[in-house]
Amino acid sequence: MSDLGFPLAILAELTHRCPLQCPYCSNPLALEAASAELTTAQWRAVIEEAADLGVLQIHFSGGEPTARRDLEELVAAASAAGIYTNLITAGVLLSRDRLQALVKAGLDHVQLSFQDSEAAGCDRIGGYQGGFAKKLECARWVKDSGLPLTLNMVVHRQNLAHLEDLLTLAEDLGAQRVEIAHVQYYGWAYLNRAALMPSRAQLEDATAVVEAARERLKGIMVIDYVVPDYYARRPKSCMGGWGRQFLNISPAGKVLPCHAAESITSLTFDRVTERGLRDIWENSEAFKAYRGTAWMPEPCRSCERKEIDWGGCRCQAFALTGEAGTVDPACAKSPLHAEMQALATAESGKDVQDFTYRTRKAGEAAAQKVPETLV
Amino acid sequence: MAERITITEKSVPGLPVGVKLRFDKQRDQWVILAPERLFVLDTIALEIVKRCDGAASVGEIVDDLAATFAAPRDVILKDVGALLQDLADKRILAA
Repeated sequence: MSDLGFPLAILAELTHRCPLQCPYCSNPLALEAASAELTTAQWRAVIEEAADLGVLQIHFSGGEPTARRDLEELVAAASAAGIYTNLITAGVLLSRDRLQALVKAGLDHVQLSFQDSEAAGCDRIGGYQGGFAKKLECARWVKDSGLPLTLNMVVHRQNLAHLEDLLTLAEDLGAQRVEIAHVQYYGWAYLNRAALMPSRAQLEDATAVVEAARERLKGIMVIDYVVPDYYARRPKSCMGGWGRQFLNISPAGKVLPCHAAESITSLTFDRVTERGLRDIWENSEAFKAYRGTAWMPEPCRSCERKEIDWGGCRCQAFALTGEAGTVDPACAKSPLHAEMQALATAESGKDVQDFTYRTRKAGEAAAQKVPETLV
Repeated sequence: MAERITITEKSVPGLPVGVKLRFDKQRDQWVILAPERLFVLDTIALEIVKRCDGAASVGEIVDDLAATFAAPRDVILKDVGALLQDLADKRILAA
């Protein structure tokens, strides 16, 4: 354990409550109730513990983190502990005054989501009427406050045609950074895969658009780009390796190696209310399960890339094979790789527009069903 | 519309709002904290970034470094210019 440090950054999912209902939400299908959420005092204790362990950045996320009335207090606690504070928000619950209060509390950066480049698509995909107009207003308030602004844009078959417009929107709003992230297919997105999956041609076009924009906007806007691995040859280095660099705390205090980890139903997760954060990081069974390389099957175990991609994504392996410890089918060395690519192509060609929106009820129903696997 | 910053000797560099220079005591290193980014600074980069206070020009910073480390000014100017241009392009330096 000597080479295991503590994560530099943590993701604090303060609540699963959210006014939006995006069909690719990274929260688990079984959403935690407001009554299960950590109290202000519990979050403050977690923040202080994290700072003592060497966390330098905290991302306040959700659900919608501004749905917590104590957000200012938590931002202030993190800021006082010397942690860089980032707010990941849909923007629709914020007022100018609330944003000012957050800035005053020590907020360092705002990441604002857009579901599309225009109102009709944005409001339909997010399942929230009037959301687009509120987001535009929120972006301007952030700029007026002087804080750096990042626009987060999740892309998929139903908005990829607007990618150029999304980048122009970010430029017009004065964002200094944009995250263009293709949907990753776990949980809600897995459920909505047939309505979201792009074709390979769409993916290639998107990548070309991003590359051209990066060239054009050098020194003006930083563009981070996350590609989908259904069409890849090698898996992504998911989270930089399971339990190596990242931890996520759920609204009820469960400590997770990634935000989708609860989709792996064979694992159980420790809570900050029951164990210390360092103890969980170093010793909890869920973190140890796929940390490092000892758990790997062949061909991962003897692969020269095993410490580059760390075996790819455990959630994806579980979703597609029913077994989290198998080879990630995104890898060309997986026996299921061809089937995964064929599946992506088939899904991308389906005439499906409608979503199963992220609601507690839909989540409860879907969580009862075991997702269909490739095997 | 924002424009790309070009660093010259006359530029006056500083860290913008949302970018912070911190000492990471648990790991015994200096870091720059920025939106979704963290840069670990080596000794040379730290000496340069520490001097980006929004008051001194690049030319003055280079003079100071040349005197402090008894090194040729033209070599330092080249290194400082390259580092600051890189930071500006990453949107973590104002000038």
